[in-house]
Amino acid sequence: MNPLDLVRAEPGRPFTVTLDGRAIDVLPGRTVAAALWAEGVTSWRSTRGTGRPRGVFCGIGVCFDCLVTVNDRPNQRACLVPLAPGDAIRTQEGTGHDD
Amino acid sequence: MTDGSPRLAVIGAGPAGLAASLAAAARGIHVTLIDAAAAAGGQFHRRPASGLGARRPSALHHRWSTWERLEQGLAAHLEAGTVEHLPDHHVWTVERTGPAPGARPGFTVHALLGPLQERSVAVRADAVLLATGGYEKVLPFPGWTLPGVVTAGGAQAMLKGGLVVPGRRAVVAGSGPLLLPVATALAAAGVEVAALVESLDPRRLPRAAGALASAPGKAAEGARYAARLLRHRVPFLPRHTVIEARGEGRLEAVTVAALGPDGRVRPGTERRIPCEALAVGHGMIPHTDLAEALGCRVDGVNVSVDDEQRTDVPGVWAAGETTGIGGAELALAEGHIAGRSAAARLHGTAPDPAAGAARVRTRARRFAAALDTVYRPPLHWADQVTDDTVVCRCEEVTAGRVREAVTDLGAGDLRTVKLLTRAGMGWCQGRICEPAVAGLTGCEQTPVQRMLARPVPLGELARAGADDEGHDGGNDHAPGRPAGAPHRRTHDPDRQPTQSHSAMSHPTEREEPS
Repeated sequence: MNPLDLVRAEPGRPFTVTLDGRAIDVLPGRTVAAALWAEGVTSWRSTRGTGRPRGVFCGIGVCFDCLVTVNDRPNQRACLVPLAPGDAIRTQEGTGHDD
Repeated sequence: MTDGSPRLAVIGAGPAGLAASLAAAARGIHVTLIDAAAAAGGQFHRRPASGLGARRPSALHHRWSTWERLEQGLAAHLEAGTVEHLPDHHVWTVERTGPAPGARPGFTVHALLGPLQERSVAVRADAVLLATGGYEKVLPFPGWTLPGVVTAGGAQAMLKGGLVVPGRRAVVAGSGPLLLPVATALAAAGVEVAALVESLDPRRLPRAAGALASAPGKAAEGARYAARLLRHRVPFLPRHTVIEARGEGRLEAVTVAALGPDGRVRPGTERRIPCEALAVGHGMIPHTDLAEALGCRVDGVNVSVDDEQRTDVPGVWAAGETTGIGGAELALAEGHIAGRSAAARLHGTAPDPAAGAARVRTRARRFAAALDTVYRPPLHWADQVTDDTVVCRCEEVTAGRVREAVTDLGAGDLRTVKLLTRAGMGWCQGRICEPAVAGLTGCEQTPVQRMLARPVPLGELARAGADDEGHDGGNDHAPGRPAGAPHRRTHDPDRQPTQSHSAMSHPTEREEPS
């Protein structure tokens, strides 16, 4: 069983986005965080102070741990932002303003 | 048409906000239902994104028939124009705005639009109903910042909304009634749940038996979850706790241990469970920021309300988790009572008694209080938090520094600890680390005055202030322009939502050492 089968999902056609330049297929409706989890990616940010990896923690927009750069905008909450075809996701280092 | 009808702004479209909206709209009130999510339902009724085409969404949903009833009610009122739903609106403050000459005192709700949250709109109303829900409390332990460690509610939200799971093998841990549904949902979705680790001591159950038995529906629900756990062969470890999460760059295993009757870890009982994910939670905390900004009385961490769900600020009602954590059934009852009261009071009358809803409220509150006595984080959880454990996830402040603030620097309250260590000064505004800092320092957890309920671009803050002088009284999203349509100020696509534009204290406002 997987979550899609559990609810008998018949998703729309997948589209392509990039993660640090690598193309990944995304089912419509998924957020950045959901798309990355589906790819087996669980971290996409390193912290400002000690450079430790972070990903989803609260999953509902409260904790700001899942910050990510989308289409050159840093500090987006991956758990809230839905993806659109062609979106460019970049892992974020520190404040996201250095690169 | 509802022109001229009193206007009620309901903030939050979960069970409480929806029940309140339906009750008020049915009684001649024009309701503006303002919610951060793209679809109504709140966390409890979160459903898969529509693009995922779920044919059987009820498989991941609790009380689907309740949702169908709420959804149909909302659809009818949207159609009739008696409720206006503003999704993707992240409310950052509510202010009392002085009465126009000869008019009622009013309120202005300020909300940032969409996931980008760069632009703010203002919504006017004669009264406000706060149904802002709650968020999960997680107490720290070594390794809790590793990717793969998520809140129990977070795992649930990602599964229900995105149909994704955090790994193939997971441990669900902590304490509280949320853990059972999370463990069973993950298992149903194909995750191998290696253990459900609950610090609850079943020997405490008899003491709460009276109140627990008063809610037979809840007992049946609990039995159903237990049966599902058995079916999925999920090992249940009561009187156990996670003492460490380990991994190189991401979670690889957790260490669990048994708890003694004194609430301390029993030495020698530690065992390692390999897993890719840990879903952990220690209960819920009400969102009270908007109530505090309005000056409503808060008792402990709950917004204080009377029998009609009125706060002590005239024109402000509150319902659901924000008045005390109690679950969806209580939220529905409180929302219904609040919506009826708001409608009556806005029409200048007293509300008819809502005897049925009041009975449900009484029973559900008693049940919630009984659960509170059963579900408790381990009494001595702080003993397991090593000095090098990061406590404030945003500012990367360790337990050692938090402890030093008290032992070496003489801090005696949470605010001083925060000023000395920066714990609680980051993006999340202390929501995640506050219970931990309170527990580690022994300081009382008091409501934190958050002037703004979320980070706001400075330009929008300035504009909201300027609007208050010489305001024309209309809503920013007045009829004729759909919510989310271009605002009167030209939006500059090059303007980045940078932290330095953000109206909250943040270390990036100072020079970072390179």
